[in-house]
Amino acid sequence: MKLKLPAPPLPPSFKPQPRRPGEKELGPAGTAKEAGISAVDWLDERTSLSGAARWVMFRKVPKGTNWFYTLGSATMFAFLSQAVTGVFLAMYYRPSAAEAYESVRYITNEAFLGEFVRGMHKWGSTVMVILVFLHMGRTYFFGAYKYPRELNWVVGAVLLVLTMLMSFTGYLLPFDQKSYWATIVGVNINGTGPLVGPYLNDFLLAGPDFGATTLSRFYAIHMMLVPGLIAALIGAHLYLVAKLGTTAPPWLKAEKDPELRKESA
Amino acid sequence: MGDVARGLTPPNHPEEVRSGIAVAKDRRQTKSKYTADRNIPGAFEGETVTRRRFMTTTTHAAGAIAASAFALPALGFALGPVFEKVERRWEAVGPTSDFGPDTYVPKVFTETYGIGDVGKTTVYVRQHNEEIDGPQKDEYDGYIAISTKCMHLGCPVRFVPASERFICPCHGGVYDFQGKRTGGPPVRPLDRFYTRVRDGQVEIGPRFSVNSELRRFSPRYPGEPLDGIGQYLYPSRPTARKL
Repeated sequence: MKLKLPAPPLPPSFKPQPRRPGEKELGPAGTAKEAGISAVDWLDERTSLSGAARWVMFRKVPKGTNWFYTLGSATMFAFLSQAVTGVFLAMYYRPSAAEAYESVRYITNEAFLGEFVRGMHKWGSTVMVILVFLHMGRTYFFGAYKYPRELNWVVGAVLLVLTMLMSFTGYLLPFDQKSYWATIVGVNINGTGPLVGPYLNDFLLAGPDFGATTLSRFYAIHMMLVPGLIAALIGAHLYLVAKLGTTAPPWLKAEKDPELRKESA
Repeated sequence: MGDVARGLTPPNHPEEVRSGIAVAKDRRQTKSKYTADRNIPGAFEGETVTRRRFMTTTTHAAGAIAASAFALPALGFALGPVFEKVERRWEAVGPTSDFGPDTYVPKVFTETYGIGDVGKTTVYVRQHNEEIDGPQKDEYDGYIAISTKCMHLGCPVRFVPASERFICPCHGGVYDFQGKRTGGPPVRPLDRFYTRVRDGQVEIGPRFSVNSELRRFSPRYPGEPLDGIGQYLYPSRPTARKL
């Protein structure tokens, strides 16, 4: 058995005992019991993934780590929830100006569990934005953006912008009055950027006005381009977290060396 | 740094002992561009690029070509509409008898095709009034057609006949009878459309934007001022030019 994980904290009588010298080989029951571990072993022998898994999962965390440190994972799970519900919504949604509203109405009113899945996606998006900001606030107030973690702050800031872009492009998709006018206003705010604004708007709208391909363009950005970028950057974000470790909360002072303490006393 | 340091290498350096002193010294100190002079095994006469270097460069070039073969067309595909002019049709909105010089008549016409009701927009039309508008500029100025797109952020404005004002419901933009801003956040007067008369029908043509002196400019997005430096900060776009 090559894969070594820390032993679970079981009482002694439940701990698996090693085979005694003289004892017979594993029977069918024993083989069945070992099946899971041998499957993992087979995989690990060919991929050496256990090292990476241990590196990611069994990290040392500083004293004082608390519930605030879960906000990053919470954000990631909000994103995963958005990704999964989004994929399933895409099975019913039709991104054309003539059909979009009707397909959303079908999802909400007729498809089995459609209202629930769309609700997850709609409210989940708000939850994700809130979690992103809480996570960012935690990082800021704990000073976790300081050396050597500046790059991870930058990656996080890009992720924040991408999350906002997701909110903006997703808002148009139900294609009701609110979506349409909010998008018009949002695009026009974007257009007030000097020099590049007007051209950026033409790119976003695929023309000088809200036109026939604007909706499908927003849809493609919303469900292909930005989610891909977010997933890739979350990978980079997590790599840096595993690589650099987390910070202790700021109220925790470093313990003095006992020798030094003795001398000053 | 390399050459000096290498020149000072003691003669009993293990590497030189292993490969033969003469050869090792030669290989390091010759700066000839010919691979043959540098004692590279199997070098051709006159060859200046090592085969390792050639192979590396070729592989990188092949990779770059393969990547651009799909990336560049895809990028062009996405960016194409930015450079493409959208042609506008002339749309009849009613007989000339519908419109007087003293008040606006709201008419609905299709500004953008292919998206059903979404492409329809309201336009406020009246006859050119010399007392208010001065002399007629050209053949497209016989009727004044004011766009309902608010020049703050694009919400639809409404003409209130009692006060002779255009009022925006979103953030309180107010425009006078000519569409010039009199209050609120808008940055320029309301856009207009070219108009003409064909077979007794008033027709609405392409949109244009105006500055505070009602000088014509190619269509701009709302929120982009056209006075002073504004016309240069928010340039005309290839997708929408003046008539």
